[in-house]
Amino acid sequence: MEVALRMSEFPLLSAIIWLPVLGAVILLALPRHDRLIRWFTLVVALADFAISLPLFVWFDKGFQGFQFVERYEWIKSWHISYFLGVDGISVLFVLLSALITILCVLISWESVTEKVKEFHIALLLTSAAMMGVFCALDLFLFYLFWEAMLIPMYLIIGIWGGPNRLYATIKFFLYTLIGSVLMLVGIIFLYLKAGTFNILEIMKLGLPYHFQFWLFWAFFAAFAVKVPMWPVHTWLPDAHTEAPTAGSVILAGILIKMGAYGFLRFSLSFFPVAAKAMMVPMLVLSVIAIIYGGIICLAQTDLKRLIAYSSVSHMGFVTLGIFSLNGNAVEGAILQMINHGIVTGALFMCVGVVYDRTHTRAIKDYGGLATVMPIYAAFFMVFTLASVGLPGTNGFIGEFLILLGTFASKKWAAALGATGVIIGAAYMLWLYQRVFYEQVNPKVAGLPDLKMREAIALIPMLLLVLLIGCYPTPFLGFMHESVRSLLEHVHGAAGSAAPITEIIKEGLHVVLPS
Amino acid sequence: MWSSLPSFVAVYPEIILVVVASFMVLADRWIKAKDFFTWLTLITAGLVLAVVFWTCGAEFGASYAADKYGLFFKMVFLLALFLSTLISPGFARIVRIHFGEYYGLMMFAVTGMMLMASAKDLILLYVGLELMSLSIYVLAGLIYAELRSLEGAMKYFLLGSFASAFLLLAMTYIYGLTGTTYLEPIARRLLEFGLTGNRALLLAVALFVVAFGFKVALVPFHMWAPDVYEGAPTPITAFMSVGAKAAGFAAMGRVFLVALSMAKMGWVDFLAPLAVLTCFVGAALAVVQTNIKRMLAYSSVTHAGYAVLGIIAGTKEGMAATMMYLFIYALMNIGAFGIVVLLRRRDFVGEDIYDYQGLAKTHPTVALLMLLFLFSLTGIPPTAGFIGKFFVFRAAFEAGHPYLVIAAVLASCIAAYPYLRIVMLMYMKPPEKTVSLSLTPYLWAGLAFSVVGVLLFGVWPGPLIDFARACCAGFLP
Repeated sequence: MEVALRMSEFPLLSAIIWLPVLGAVILLALPRHDRLIRWFTLVVALADFAISLPLFVWFDKGFQGFQFVERYEWIKSWHISYFLGVDGISVLFVLLSALITILCVLISWESVTEKVKEFHIALLLTSAAMMGVFCALDLFLFYLFWEAMLIPMYLIIGIWGGPNRLYATIKFFLYTLIGSVLMLVGIIFLYLKAGTFNILEIMKLGLPYHFQFWLFWAFFAAFAVKVPMWPVHTWLPDAHTEAPTAGSVILAGILIKMGAYGFLRFSLSFFPVAAKAMMVPMLVLSVIAIIYGGIICLAQTDLKRLIAYSSVSHMGFVTLGIFSLNGNAVEGAILQMINHGIVTGALFMCVGVVYDRTHTRAIKDYGGLATVMPIYAAFFMVFTLASVGLPGTNGFIGEFLILLGTFASKKWAAALGATGVIIGAAYMLWLYQRVFYEQVNPKVAGLPDLKMREAIALIPMLLLVLLIGCYPTPFLGFMHESVRSLLEHVHGAAGSAAPITEIIKEGLHVVLPS
Repeated sequence: MWSSLPSFVAVYPEIILVVVASFMVLADRWIKAKDFFTWLTLITAGLVLAVVFWTCGAEFGASYAADKYGLFFKMVFLLALFLSTLISPGFARIVRIHFGEYYGLMMFAVTGMMLMASAKDLILLYVGLELMSLSIYVLAGLIYAELRSLEGAMKYFLLGSFASAFLLLAMTYIYGLTGTTYLEPIARRLLEFGLTGNRALLLAVALFVVAFGFKVALVPFHMWAPDVYEGAPTPITAFMSVGAKAAGFAAMGRVFLVALSMAKMGWVDFLAPLAVLTCFVGAALAVVQTNIKRMLAYSSVTHAGYAVLGIIAGTKEGMAATMMYLFIYALMNIGAFGIVVLLRRRDFVGEDIYDYQGLAKTHPTVALLMLLFLFSLTGIPPTAGFIGKFFVFRAAFEAGHPYLVIAAVLASCIAAYPYLRIVMLMYMKPPEKTVSLSLTPYLWAGLAFSVVGVLLFGVWPGPLIDFARACCAGFLP
């Protein structure tokens, strides 16, 4: 399949990626004056969002292929180029990353008081690396951003996190590293086969099934850990819980989307036959994640941990949608990723708001907050309902499309997935009841309501929840063409699957020659 | 008859080094300003590097070639000499070994390494190896007031002698089989005499593996490394962990890829399991160390495991990958040792990893540098360590060893932990004691040089890759 490219006259994507890096370098030279550093970072984040807006406005929704493309020779000896571009699948994530960076600066204004300079440098670098991941069209460049992001994230969780942060951050790092290095082996293999790291060239490769099978699982290792899929999700509750608010927001908002994005961009388009053949195992894993993640939520006593496990459940919907390989479901999955980024990010911000005041995350320490902080309670209510998937909020659109599409391809998966929605309503509403209604807990009596800064951070999220919930067409319009061509590529791929036993036998034969 | 003398051009670099080194050893008695020796070493290293480039292409009989293959390795040795010299003065003054012999011996060692890298004759290779080893034995035991330094040196000397004996025995077998000690004729005659599957040849190969495995610290011949690394003066540890290792790989390349290319199956079968073992054992043992020099010793074992993958690949690409890996390893490893040197004061050893606790709070710049070196050793982009690893993995994969690559990447995940732990201590724990630094301008220069290299080759490795490839182009048919 030939993919069209539309070159960009102005290096817009480079500007979006490198502006935060430049900001971080300048921060390094600034004096340790906390207010100055915060304001400077905020300005950088705002500027970055401002220059990413043209993506939203000038993006040609009818164009099937990559836009805003930039391409320069980089490491000639290995045929690596600096190759950036966005299509309908990635463009929204770039925008979301830029937005979330701003909110992270706002939300950390008072909660981060130590090593302020280092925190903002790490934040900007993470943001740059994340946007690089979504824009890279060269596999080597992609891997570079993918791994580089680990360093600042490791520091963010480990330095500014909660009491058990050291354990959480090492676990996060090692889990992701093990997944990534297996993908690296897969990347080397693809490179040797294709002679290039160019993603568009590799898409055309059409490898035989027994290669696709192993490569699918090698890439799966990296993406499944990031998503995270059951059973490799165990780093996520720890990392989310222990991370500072901004870290949780980045993790929930962007970082775990990188895994699902990887499935779409690489697993489906590089290994279409394997993706089709592995559909049922993937759907099973997704359904387990949805139901298991939901049930675990019911047993949580820690606010952040509950929301973390709800991420496992929600990301289960995303992978369910992706591997249904149905147009509606994939579009729903992409939208659900955005939704999850907005809603879960907002929920973590909300938890951060009360955590800054009380320094406790235990659910039993709260109660009756609705009378103490009414405005805050209203915000939280909207995000709770969006998380549950109430019609009128964005969560409904995403989950509905996913279930609709999945029903068309595998009915049992849709039926089981739908039970996750019910469990979701149970744990979220129960959480809301315990925190906001019932008796006013003396520990929270007299807390001040939302401050202006906190409200400013939450309002864009609220508006997005309602906007996508009531009028999703402009957002879905972005991905229409790209999703259609991706699925055409997947379903049109020639080659038939072989039984797994045969593949494994053959694989063993390669490893043990005699 | 002057006209019958060969041209000495090829060995000008070695001659310069030996002359300067001898002068330094003698002049130490009269020159009181010891910094003079530091400067002299730095200038000589630069000068010799220039001469090495200038003499490239010259031959010295059939036994010595200043070819491009040797050129790259000599560049690594001189880089190691240069950087180790930069991190030396402060430390050497503290432990009272700041005198001419210190630098003189380093130069003698470099001369030996350069002979090894360019030797086309087994005897000359042996001479080079002994010159290097003897100099390093002395250097390792230079802090004679400290027991562990002496212990390390003694261990290194005894085990090193064994390894040398193995090397000599291997040479004997080869000589017995082919009647020559010149590398290229060995390859030719092995083919002519039809000795490819010969048992004695396999035995010789195994002996070579032991001897070189000892020099580059492959498991199970790595036992000396932690003790020697811990006992030796820290800058010397940095120097030998890079220089001696690179020299071992240079010799390996000459012997295995050129002379014994016929017996490739043999040495690949020996080296491949050792490589896997080296990666895992080095990584696992590094996890439990609490002395940073021992930790870096085990880490250097692991890195030998990665670098040997390029040799196992047995191709031009593989050799280029190993060479580039060693170059990058020189930058990042000497950088990390530079930080270890920085913490040493007269009354404070600063080698316990808990001494690094809270360093980011008290000395943010130093902590940041260490962070970069450690992530580079881990192999996380955008540092040069990632590029080096990628190159060797790629070459090994291309040469048909995917399972070795998978094992190595998994080991690299275990190996990440010890580095991460240091980062964790520096950044995520509050400082417990006040650590003051013994900072010299030389040390700053060395650290700056290393960190620039680590970042530069992390994002712009193109020229270095091309150079490494060009150096291997004429080396293998």
